Amino acid sequence: MSGIDPVILFFALGVAAGLLHADLKLPAAVYEFVSTVLLLAIGLKGGVELSRDTGGLPGQELLALLALGFLLPIPAFLIARYLGRVSRPDAGSLAAHYGSVSVGTFAVVIAYLTTRGIDYEARAPVWVVLLEIPAILVGILLARGLSGDVDWRRLSRELLLGRSIVLLIGGLLIGWISGPEGTRSIQPLYFGLFKGVLTLFMLEMGLIAAAQLATLRSKAVFLFLFGVGVPLLFGCAGALLARLLGLSVGGVTVLATLAASASYIAAPTAIRTAVPEANPAMALTASLAVTFPFNILFGIPLYERLAQTLLN
Amino acid sequence: MMHPRRMVTIVTEAALERDLTLELDALGARGYTIADVRGRGSRGIRSADWAPAGNIRVEVICDADTAERIAERIRARFYDHYAMILFVQDVSVLRPEKF
Repeated sequence: MSGIDPVILFFALGVAAGLLHADLKLPAAVYEFVSTVLLLAIGLKGGVELSRDTGGLPGQELLALLALGFLLPIPAFLIARYLGRVSRPDAGSLAAHYGSVSVGTFAVVIAYLTTRGIDYEARAPVWVVLLEIPAILVGILLARGLSGDVDWRRLSRELLLGRSIVLLIGGLLIGWISGPEGTRSIQPLYFGLFKGVLTLFMLEMGLIAAAQLATLRSKAVFLFLFGVGVPLLFGCAGALLARLLGLSVGGVTVLATLAASASYIAAPTAIRTAVPEANPAMALTASLAVTFPFNILFGIPLYERLAQTLLN
Repeated sequence: MMHPRRMVTIVTEAALERDLTLELDALGARGYTIADVRGRGSRGIRSADWAPAGNIRVEVICDADTAERIAERIRARFYDHYAMILFVQDVSVLRPEKF
Protein backbone atom coordinates (compact mmCIF):
# COMPACT_ATOMS: atom_id res chain seq x y z
CA MET A 1 0.00 0.00 0.00
CA SER A 2 2.94 2.36 -0.40
CA GLY A 3 2.75 5.22 -2.83
CA ILE A 4 -0.48 6.88 -1.78
CA ASP A 5 0.38 10.16 -0.15
CA PRO A 6 -1.05 10.46 3.39
CA VAL A 7 -2.10 14.02 2.51
CA ILE A 8 -4.59 12.57 0.03
CA LEU A 9 -5.73 9.93 2.50
CA PHE A 10 -6.45 12.57 5.15
CA PHE A 11 -8.63 14.36 2.62
CA ALA A 12 -10.43 11.08 1.89
CA LEU A 13 -10.93 10.56 5.63
CA GLY A 14 -12.52 14.00 5.91
CA VAL A 15 -14.82 13.34 2.95
CA ALA A 16 -15.86 9.94 4.31
CA ALA A 17 -16.47 11.31 7.82
CA GLY A 18 -18.49 14.17 6.36
CA LEU A 19 -20.62 11.95 4.12
CA LEU A 20 -21.31 9.54 6.99
CA HIS A 21 -22.17 12.44 9.34
CA ALA A 22 -19.51 11.19 11.73
CA ASP A 23 -19.02 12.99 15.02
CA LEU A 24 -16.04 14.92 13.69
CA LYS A 25 -15.90 18.67 13.48
CA LEU A 26 -12.87 20.90 13.69
CA PRO A 27 -13.60 24.33 15.18
CA ALA A 28 -13.36 27.25 12.76
CA ALA A 29 -10.43 28.56 14.81
CA VAL A 30 -8.44 25.41 14.00
CA TYR A 31 -9.01 25.90 10.29
CA GLU A 32 -7.89 29.53 10.59
CA PHE A 33 -4.77 28.54 12.54
CA VAL A 34 -3.79 25.69 10.26
CA SER A 35 -4.22 27.76 7.11
CA THR A 36 -2.26 30.62 8.71
CA VAL A 37 0.68 28.29 9.40
CA LEU A 38 0.55 26.94 5.82
CA LEU A 39 0.45 30.40 4.24
CA LEU A 40 3.32 31.67 6.41
CA ALA A 41 5.33 28.51 5.73
CA ILE A 42 4.89 28.85 1.96
CA GLY A 43 5.89 32.51 2.14
CA LEU A 44 8.87 31.88 4.43
CA LYS A 45 10.18 29.04 2.28
CA GLY A 46 10.03 31.22 -0.81
CA GLY A 47 11.65 34.13 1.04
CA VAL A 48 14.52 32.03 2.37
CA GLU A 49 15.21 30.61 -1.10
CA LEU A 50 15.04 34.07 -2.67
CA SER A 51 17.58 35.39 -0.16
CA ARG A 52 20.02 32.75 -1.44
CA ASP A 53 19.82 33.48 -5.13
CA THR A 54 19.02 36.99 -6.21
CA GLY A 55 17.37 36.16 -9.49
CA GLY A 56 14.26 38.09 -8.54
CA LEU A 57 11.15 38.14 -10.65
CA PRO A 58 11.78 38.80 -14.36
CA GLY A 59 9.64 41.65 -15.68
CA GLN A 60 8.17 39.64 -18.53
CA GLU A 61 7.13 36.91 -16.08
CA LEU A 62 5.33 39.48 -13.93
CA LEU A 63 3.43 40.82 -16.93
CA ALA A 64 2.65 37.36 -18.29
CA LEU A 65 1.20 36.23 -14.95
CA LEU A 66 -0.92 39.34 -14.55
CA ALA A 67 -2.20 38.86 -18.10
CA LEU A 68 -3.03 35.24 -17.28
CA GLY A 69 -4.94 36.36 -14.19
CA PHE A 70 -6.96 38.92 -16.13
CA LEU A 71 -7.65 36.64 -19.12
CA LEU A 72 -8.54 33.27 -17.54
CA PRO A 73 -11.98 34.39 -16.30
CA ILE A 74 -13.14 35.25 -19.82
CA PRO A 75 -13.26 31.69 -21.28
CA ALA A 76 -14.66 30.45 -17.96
CA PHE A 77 -17.44 33.04 -18.17
CA LEU A 78 -18.24 32.17 -21.80
CA ILE A 79 -18.32 28.43 -21.09
CA ALA A 80 -20.60 28.90 -18.08
CA ARG A 81 -22.89 31.40 -19.80
CA TYR A 82 -23.27 29.77 -23.21
CA LEU A 83 -22.56 26.07 -22.67
CA GLY A 84 -23.89 25.85 -19.13
CA ARG A 85 -26.69 28.38 -19.67
CA VAL A 86 -26.30 29.74 -16.16
CA SER A 87 -27.38 33.28 -15.30
CA ARG A 88 -24.98 36.13 -15.88
CA PRO A 89 -24.22 36.72 -12.16
CA ASP A 90 -23.55 33.01 -11.68
CA ALA A 91 -21.32 32.88 -14.76
CA GLY A 92 -19.37 35.89 -13.47
CA SER A 93 -19.04 34.22 -10.09
CA LEU A 94 -17.76 30.98 -11.65
CA ALA A 95 -15.33 33.01 -13.77
CA ALA A 96 -13.96 34.75 -10.67
CA HIS A 97 -13.55 31.47 -8.76
CA TYR A 98 -11.87 29.60 -11.63
CA GLY A 99 -9.67 32.46 -12.80
CA SER A 100 -8.36 32.94 -9.28
CA VAL A 101 -6.22 30.38 -7.43
CA SER A 102 -6.43 27.99 -4.50
CA VAL A 103 -3.66 28.25 -1.93
CA GLY A 104 -4.62 24.80 -0.60
CA THR A 105 -3.96 23.24 -3.99
CA PHE A 106 -0.70 25.18 -4.17
CA ALA A 107 0.36 23.70 -0.82
CA VAL A 108 -0.40 20.22 -2.12
CA VAL A 109 1.61 20.65 -5.34
CA ILE A 110 4.56 22.00 -3.31
CA ALA A 111 4.39 18.94 -1.03
CA TYR A 112 4.06 16.70 -4.11
CA LEU A 113 7.18 18.14 -5.76
CA THR A 114 9.19 18.15 -2.51
CA THR A 115 8.38 14.47 -1.92
CA ARG A 116 9.62 13.62 -5.40
CA GLY A 117 12.73 15.78 -5.15
CA ILE A 118 11.68 17.97 -8.09
CA ASP A 119 12.98 21.55 -7.84
CA TYR A 120 10.79 24.52 -8.60
CA GLU A 121 11.39 28.26 -8.76
CA ALA A 122 11.73 29.80 -5.30
CA ARG A 123 9.55 32.74 -6.34
CA ALA A 124 6.51 30.50 -6.87
CA PRO A 125 4.61 32.04 -3.90
CA VAL A 126 4.79 35.37 -5.75
CA TRP A 127 2.82 33.76 -8.59
CA VAL A 128 0.03 32.97 -6.13
CA VAL A 129 -0.07 36.60 -5.03
CA LEU A 130 -0.17 37.81 -8.65
CA LEU A 131 -2.86 35.36 -9.75
CA GLU A 132 -5.27 35.62 -6.84
CA ILE A 133 -6.88 39.04 -7.34
CA PRO A 134 -7.14 40.03 -11.05
CA ALA A 135 -9.60 37.26 -11.92
CA ILE A 136 -11.93 38.22 -9.09
CA LEU A 137 -12.12 41.80 -10.36
CA VAL A 138 -12.75 40.60 -13.94
CA GLY A 139 -15.38 38.11 -12.75
CA ILE A 140 -17.26 40.88 -10.92
CA LEU A 141 -16.97 43.09 -13.99
CA LEU A 142 -18.38 40.31 -16.21
CA ALA A 143 -21.27 39.77 -13.80
CA ARG A 144 -22.15 43.40 -13.19
CA GLY A 145 -20.88 45.33 -16.19
CA LEU A 146 -19.23 48.72 -15.84
CA SER A 147 -22.42 50.43 -14.78
CA GLY A 148 -22.92 48.29 -11.68
CA ASP A 149 -22.77 50.08 -8.33
CA VAL A 150 -19.62 48.33 -7.21
CA ASP A 151 -17.30 50.20 -4.86
CA TRP A 152 -14.12 49.22 -6.72
CA ARG A 153 -11.77 51.11 -4.43
CA ARG A 154 -13.04 49.47 -1.30
CA LEU A 155 -13.16 46.08 -3.01
CA SER A 156 -9.56 46.30 -4.24
CA ARG A 157 -8.41 47.40 -0.82
CA GLU A 158 -10.16 44.51 0.89
CA LEU A 159 -8.77 42.03 -1.64
CA LEU A 160 -5.23 43.35 -1.33
CA LEU A 161 -5.46 43.16 2.45
CA GLY A 162 -7.04 39.69 2.43
CA ARG A 163 -5.30 37.29 4.77
CA SER A 164 -3.75 35.04 2.13
CA ILE A 165 -2.02 37.98 0.44
CA VAL A 166 -0.90 39.54 3.73
CA LEU A 167 0.44 36.26 5.13
CA LEU A 168 2.16 35.18 1.90
CA ILE A 169 3.87 38.53 1.37
CA GLY A 170 4.63 38.83 5.08
CA GLY A 171 6.19 35.35 5.12
CA LEU A 172 8.19 36.09 1.95
CA LEU A 173 9.58 39.31 3.44
CA ILE A 174 10.42 37.72 6.80
CA GLY A 175 12.13 34.77 5.10
CA TRP A 176 13.99 37.04 2.71
CA ILE A 177 15.20 39.42 5.46
CA SER A 178 16.14 36.70 7.97
CA GLY A 179 17.63 34.29 5.45
CA PRO A 180 18.47 30.62 6.04
CA GLU A 181 20.49 31.31 9.19
CA GLY A 182 18.06 33.67 10.84
CA THR A 183 15.07 31.40 10.31
CA ARG A 184 16.85 28.29 11.58
CA SER A 185 15.16 28.39 15.00
CA ILE A 186 11.64 28.61 13.51
CA GLN A 187 12.19 26.10 10.72
CA PRO A 188 10.99 23.11 12.80
CA LEU A 189 7.51 24.64 13.01
CA TYR A 190 7.15 25.98 9.49
CA PHE A 191 9.28 23.60 7.40
CA GLY A 192 9.55 20.50 9.60
CA LEU A 193 5.85 20.31 10.42
CA PHE A 194 4.61 21.56 7.04
CA LYS A 195 3.31 18.23 5.85
CA GLY A 196 1.80 17.34 9.22
CA VAL A 197 -0.07 20.63 9.32
CA LEU A 198 -1.10 20.08 5.71
CA THR A 199 -2.75 16.77 6.70
CA LEU A 200 -4.90 18.58 9.29
CA PHE A 201 -5.81 21.15 6.66
CA MET A 202 -6.76 18.37 4.24
CA LEU A 203 -8.89 16.64 6.85
CA GLU A 204 -10.86 19.85 7.32
CA MET A 205 -11.04 20.39 3.54
CA GLY A 206 -12.50 16.90 3.20
CA LEU A 207 -15.19 17.70 5.76
CA ILE A 208 -16.02 20.98 4.05
CA ALA A 209 -16.08 19.39 0.58
CA ALA A 210 -18.45 16.68 1.81
CA ALA A 211 -20.79 19.26 3.37
CA GLN A 212 -20.70 21.26 0.13
CA LEU A 213 -21.45 18.18 -1.95
CA ALA A 214 -24.85 17.99 -0.28
CA THR A 215 -25.81 21.34 -1.85
CA LEU A 216 -25.09 20.09 -5.39
CA ARG A 217 -28.54 19.65 -6.85
CA SER A 218 -29.54 21.87 -9.71
CA LYS A 219 -27.05 21.95 -12.57
CA ALA A 220 -25.14 19.06 -11.00
CA VAL A 221 -24.05 17.53 -14.31
CA PHE A 222 -22.90 20.85 -15.74
CA LEU A 223 -21.03 21.79 -12.56
CA PHE A 224 -19.26 18.44 -12.56
CA LEU A 225 -18.20 18.78 -16.22
CA PHE A 226 -17.23 22.43 -15.67
CA GLY A 227 -15.27 21.55 -12.51
CA VAL A 228 -13.21 18.95 -14.35
CA GLY A 229 -13.04 20.41 -17.87
CA VAL A 230 -12.01 23.95 -17.01
CA PRO A 231 -9.03 22.89 -14.83
CA LEU A 232 -7.77 20.63 -17.64
CA LEU A 233 -8.08 23.46 -20.15
CA PHE A 234 -6.53 26.07 -17.84
CA GLY A 235 -3.84 23.65 -16.67
CA CYS A 236 -2.68 23.24 -20.29
CA ALA A 237 -2.75 27.02 -20.79
CA GLY A 238 -0.72 27.54 -17.61
CA ALA A 239 1.79 24.86 -18.62
CA LEU A 240 2.26 26.34 -22.09
CA LEU A 241 2.75 29.83 -20.69
CA ALA A 242 5.25 28.47 -18.13
CA ARG A 243 7.11 26.71 -20.95
CA LEU A 244 7.29 29.95 -22.95
CA LEU A 245 8.66 31.71 -19.86
CA GLY A 246 11.38 29.06 -19.68
CA LEU A 247 10.49 27.65 -16.27
CA SER A 248 11.80 24.35 -14.91
CA VAL A 249 9.77 21.11 -14.79
CA GLY A 250 8.74 21.93 -11.22
CA GLY A 251 7.85 25.50 -12.20
CA VAL A 252 5.74 24.36 -15.15
CA THR A 253 3.92 21.92 -12.85
CA VAL A 254 3.27 24.61 -10.25
CA LEU A 255 2.02 27.19 -12.74
CA ALA A 256 -0.20 24.64 -14.50
CA THR A 257 -1.65 23.66 -11.11
CA LEU A 258 -2.25 27.27 -10.14
CA ALA A 259 -4.02 28.02 -13.43
CA ALA A 260 -6.11 24.87 -13.00
CA SER A 261 -7.04 25.57 -9.39
CA ALA A 262 -10.16 27.45 -8.30
CA SER A 263 -10.49 29.84 -5.37
CA TYR A 264 -12.70 28.96 -2.41
CA ILE A 265 -11.82 31.69 0.10
CA ALA A 266 -11.01 35.03 -1.50
CA ALA A 267 -13.42 34.76 -4.43
CA PRO A 268 -16.55 33.63 -2.53
CA THR A 269 -16.10 36.35 0.08
CA ALA A 270 -15.64 39.13 -2.48
CA ILE A 271 -18.39 37.87 -4.79
CA ARG A 272 -20.90 37.54 -1.97
CA THR A 273 -20.99 41.28 -1.38
CA ALA A 274 -20.15 42.50 -4.90
CA VAL A 275 -22.55 40.21 -6.81
CA PRO A 276 -25.41 39.47 -4.39
CA GLU A 277 -27.58 37.89 -7.11
CA ALA A 278 -25.12 35.06 -7.69
CA ASN A 279 -25.98 31.79 -5.98
CA PRO A 280 -23.05 31.37 -3.57
CA ALA A 281 -23.44 27.58 -3.40
CA MET A 282 -22.96 27.06 -7.15
CA ALA A 283 -19.38 28.25 -7.64
CA LEU A 284 -18.29 27.12 -4.19
CA THR A 285 -19.58 23.60 -4.76
CA ALA A 286 -17.88 23.30 -8.13
CA SER A 287 -14.65 24.67 -6.71
CA LEU A 288 -14.58 22.69 -3.46
CA ALA A 289 -16.42 19.48 -4.14
CA VAL A 290 -15.31 18.88 -7.74
CA THR A 291 -12.21 20.85 -8.75
CA PHE A 292 -10.20 20.69 -5.52
CA PRO A 293 -10.42 16.87 -5.23
CA PHE A 294 -9.90 16.46 -8.98
CA ASN A 295 -6.73 18.54 -8.92
CA ILE A 296 -5.14 16.90 -5.91
CA LEU A 297 -6.02 13.35 -6.99
CA PHE A 298 -5.57 13.42 -10.75
CA GLY A 299 -4.66 16.92 -11.89
CA ILE A 300 -1.29 17.43 -10.22
CA PRO A 301 0.26 14.12 -11.44
CA LEU A 302 -1.15 14.92 -14.89
CA TYR A 303 0.31 18.45 -14.93
CA GLU A 304 3.66 17.04 -13.84
CA ARG A 305 3.64 14.57 -16.72
CA LEU A 306 2.64 17.38 -19.07
CA ALA A 307 5.57 19.42 -17.76
CA GLN A 308 7.98 16.51 -18.32
CA THR A 309 6.67 16.07 -21.87
CA LEU A 310 6.91 19.79 -22.67
CA LEU A 311 10.48 20.04 -21.44
CA ASN A 312 11.85 16.89 -23.05
CA MET B 1 -35.47 53.78 36.98
CA MET B 2 -36.00 51.86 33.74
CA HIS B 3 -36.46 53.41 30.31
CA PRO B 4 -38.07 51.70 27.32
CA ARG B 5 -35.98 51.12 24.19
CA ARG B 6 -36.03 48.73 21.22
CA MET B 7 -33.57 45.97 20.52
CA VAL B 8 -33.11 45.12 16.83
CA THR B 9 -31.58 41.67 16.27
CA ILE B 10 -30.23 40.71 12.86
CA VAL B 11 -28.98 37.19 12.07
CA THR B 12 -27.16 36.98 8.75
CA GLU B 13 -24.11 35.89 6.78
CA ALA B 14 -20.73 36.83 8.23
CA ALA B 15 -19.70 38.15 4.82
CA LEU B 16 -22.07 41.08 5.34
CA GLU B 17 -20.58 42.27 8.62
CA ARG B 18 -18.78 45.26 7.20
CA ASP B 19 -21.59 46.44 4.92
CA LEU B 20 -24.06 46.00 7.73
CA THR B 21 -22.15 47.88 10.39
CA LEU B 22 -21.45 50.76 8.02
CA GLU B 23 -25.18 50.92 7.36
CA LEU B 24 -26.01 50.83 11.09
CA ASP B 25 -23.59 53.67 11.78
CA ALA B 26 -25.14 55.72 9.01
CA LEU B 27 -28.65 55.07 10.34
CA GLY B 28 -27.79 56.47 13.74
CA ALA B 29 -27.13 53.38 15.86
CA ARG B 30 -25.01 54.40 18.82
CA GLY B 31 -23.48 50.95 19.19
CA TYR B 32 -24.00 47.27 18.51
CA THR B 33 -22.88 43.82 19.67
CA ILE B 34 -21.89 41.08 17.24
CA ALA B 35 -21.62 37.37 17.98
CA ASP B 36 -20.56 34.42 15.79
CA VAL B 37 -23.43 31.98 15.62
CA ARG B 38 -24.62 28.97 13.65
CA GLY B 39 -27.96 27.43 12.83
CA ARG B 40 -30.37 26.48 10.10
CA GLY B 41 -32.86 28.46 8.08
CA SER B 42 -34.55 28.61 4.69
CA ARG B 43 -31.15 28.87 2.99
CA GLY B 44 -29.82 25.68 4.60
CA ILE B 45 -27.42 24.96 7.42
CA ARG B 46 -25.03 27.76 8.30
CA SER B 47 -22.42 25.63 10.01
CA ALA B 48 -19.76 28.29 10.68
CA ASP B 49 -17.06 25.67 10.05
CA TRP B 50 -15.05 28.19 8.10
CA ALA B 51 -15.32 31.76 6.90
CA PRO B 52 -17.73 31.51 3.91
CA ALA B 53 -20.20 29.45 5.99
CA GLY B 54 -20.08 31.88 8.91
CA ASN B 55 -23.11 33.49 10.48
CA ILE B 56 -23.37 36.49 12.78
CA ARG B 57 -25.98 37.92 15.13
CA VAL B 58 -25.99 41.70 15.44
CA GLU B 59 -27.88 43.37 18.28
CA VAL B 60 -28.62 47.08 18.36
CA ILE B 61 -30.40 48.88 21.17
CA CYS B 62 -31.93 52.17 20.06
CA ASP B 63 -35.07 54.31 20.17
CA ALA B 64 -38.21 53.32 18.33
CA ASP B 65 -37.65 55.66 15.36
CA THR B 66 -34.14 54.41 14.74
CA ALA B 67 -35.31 50.80 15.01
CA GLU B 68 -37.92 51.54 12.36
CA ARG B 69 -35.37 53.15 10.05
CA ILE B 70 -32.94 50.27 10.48
CA ALA B 71 -35.60 47.66 9.74
CA GLU B 72 -36.79 49.48 6.59
CA ARG B 73 -33.34 50.07 5.19
CA ILE B 74 -31.95 46.61 5.97
CA ARG B 75 -34.96 44.98 4.39
CA ALA B 76 -34.70 47.04 1.22
CA ARG B 77 -31.00 46.51 0.81
CA PHE B 78 -30.32 42.93 1.90
CA TYR B 79 -33.43 40.79 2.13
CA ASP B 80 -33.63 39.72 -1.51
CA HIS B 81 -30.25 38.10 -1.84
CA TYR B 82 -28.94 37.14 1.56
CA ALA B 83 -29.71 34.69 4.31
CA MET B 84 -31.06 37.17 6.86
CA ILE B 85 -33.68 37.56 9.55
CA LEU B 86 -34.45 40.65 11.59
CA PHE B 87 -36.72 41.10 14.60
CA VAL B 88 -37.41 43.81 17.15
CA GLN B 89 -38.07 43.46 20.87
CA ASP B 90 -38.97 45.90 23.63
CA VAL B 91 -36.26 46.18 26.23
CA SER B 92 -35.61 48.34 29.27
CA VAL B 93 -32.37 50.17 29.89
CA LEU B 94 -30.90 51.98 32.88
CA ARG B 95 -29.08 54.75 31.04
CA PRO B 96 -31.28 56.15 28.25
CA GLU B 97 -28.63 58.65 27.13
CA LYS B 98 -26.47 55.74 25.88
CA PHE B 99 -29.05 54.46 23.43
